[in-house]
Amino acid sequence: MAIVATMEVMDPGPLCTVQDLGRYGFGRYGVPPSGALDSFALRAANILVGNRECEAGLEITLMGLKIKALTGVVVAIGGGDLQPAINGKSIETWRSYGMRKGDFLHFKSPKNGCRAYLAVGGGILVQSVLGSRSTNLSSRFGGYEGTPLKKKDVLSSDSPETHVKFDGSALPPEWRPLYGKDWVLRVLWGPQDMDFPEKSREAFLDSPFKVSPQSDRTGIRLSGHLIHRRPSLGESIISEGVAPGTIQVPGDGQPIIILSETITGGYRKIATVIGADLPFLGQIKPGDQVRFDPVDLDCALGAIEQLEETFRRLRERISAEFPMT
Amino acid sequence: MLYDIPTFRLMGDRALLVELGDEISPSINRKVRELFLKLDRESVHGIKELVPAYRSLMIVYDPLAILLTALKEVVTRLHGETHGPPIPEPKKLDVPVVYGGRFGPDLQWVADFHGISPEEVVRYHVQPVYQVYMIGFTPGFPYLGEVPDAIATPRRETPRTVVPQGSVAIAQRQTGIYPVQSPGGWQILGWTPLRFFDAENWPPTPLEIGDRVKFFPIREKEIPDWQS
Repeated sequence: MAIVATMEVMDPGPLCTVQDLGRYGFGRYGVPPSGALDSFALRAANILVGNRECEAGLEITLMGLKIKALTGVVVAIGGGDLQPAINGKSIETWRSYGMRKGDFLHFKSPKNGCRAYLAVGGGILVQSVLGSRSTNLSSRFGGYEGTPLKKKDVLSSDSPETHVKFDGSALPPEWRPLYGKDWVLRVLWGPQDMDFPEKSREAFLDSPFKVSPQSDRTGIRLSGHLIHRRPSLGESIISEGVAPGTIQVPGDGQPIIILSETITGGYRKIATVIGADLPFLGQIKPGDQVRFDPVDLDCALGAIEQLEETFRRLRERISAEFPMT
Repeated sequence: MLYDIPTFRLMGDRALLVELGDEISPSINRKVRELFLKLDRESVHGIKELVPAYRSLMIVYDPLAILLTALKEVVTRLHGETHGPPIPEPKKLDVPVVYGGRFGPDLQWVADFHGISPEEVVRYHVQPVYQVYMIGFTPGFPYLGEVPDAIATPRRETPRTVVPQGSVAIAQRQTGIYPVQSPGGWQILGWTPLRFFDAENWPPTPLEIGDRVKFFPIREKEIPDWQS
């Protein structure tokens, strides 16, 4: 491994963190997975710069990040289009670009989506803590010293020069996800859907919810129809594990989609977003609208298989185009 | 009630909740611990995460690596298995606590709530050998039970936005330790100089489900003796 300083943060914007595909195996100690909220975007961006899909990248929230290349490096941006530009000249998402020493990369403001994922050829080499480079913001560990990126932070990568040849690789347009402002998320009922009367379950499906400004990496807070539990039931249940995408309904009847910073909870969960739609949760922003579409397990599994097939074909394509020397 | 056979609930297409009873009880929780340890030992391909709780075990899995039916079969088999290798005994940890004053800002309130003295609250709190029912809420936070009825106290009406790391608190018949600074609504009785979460350490927290905890009071000036 040849560790090379590749990037310096000139302006971190409102929130930029180092994330990989998450921290698994420590839920027994109360440690949540963290990780890129839009794993599709990080995985694809990594492939486009010749990295392993699980390599750490930067999760950029809404706007503002400005970084300078400290050496020749290849980068790719997946996820939301936050209007990235190199030295002021707009660049595309889902495509890799070479940067020369001294070049600036800047994210202006969201055209669509909520979070962009920057992959750097050779990865972002922060220390792996409990098996992952992801930042756990609430407990301040992992990532870049447990905190969001700050001005003057310097990021390193492994042998970035060996990735420069991936400049120009792109995700075929037909595989790129589309991000609007009206979302339809596929869900499986449960685990506690039966604690809600039929009227509540209908209300849950019928009308769109609005995404509240209080949403963050811990959860997407929704407002709209109040979802009432059966009147005989208390507000809380005996605490149990929770997984990303599960939709809990606290006493006020306003659902919250749990993201990756929580591992246990004591509210009833009416439904859970299917695995194939989890990446979209990273792109939903305050003011957007969300509807839920119930599917069955076969449909959910079919969607995951299709997603993995896309990645298999992308990997094949990139390795045919850019053979390893 | 302890169930004869596990109840399965899906949490999406990559998490399965296995419920072993319908209430908080030491015996149900013991069964959860047993199933958790058996599954952990079996190292089932495709299982990514095991989160044991009061009466349930959450299994996070990769649905492309293991079918749900196969996963349920393994769980059912291990749950019914009585002649496997022995389950290890839980650990016991003695935890020093400085009670009251700036270390336990709610001690007086809890005493007044029950019409007893702060010293009596402490005496009740240090009396039981508590069982770790689960770790959750934040990394390393142990849910301990059960607090004597005489000092069982509701949560604060307004949660604090910042509870210092090391705070020892109660809510109803539960007690716990805040291992990292976080928001929190429990009544803070005291503070322990021991560390309950350190991501750089292995294991990152000294407690696991089923372990035992006994609190004992120390004075403020003894704190340095307990800080390693």
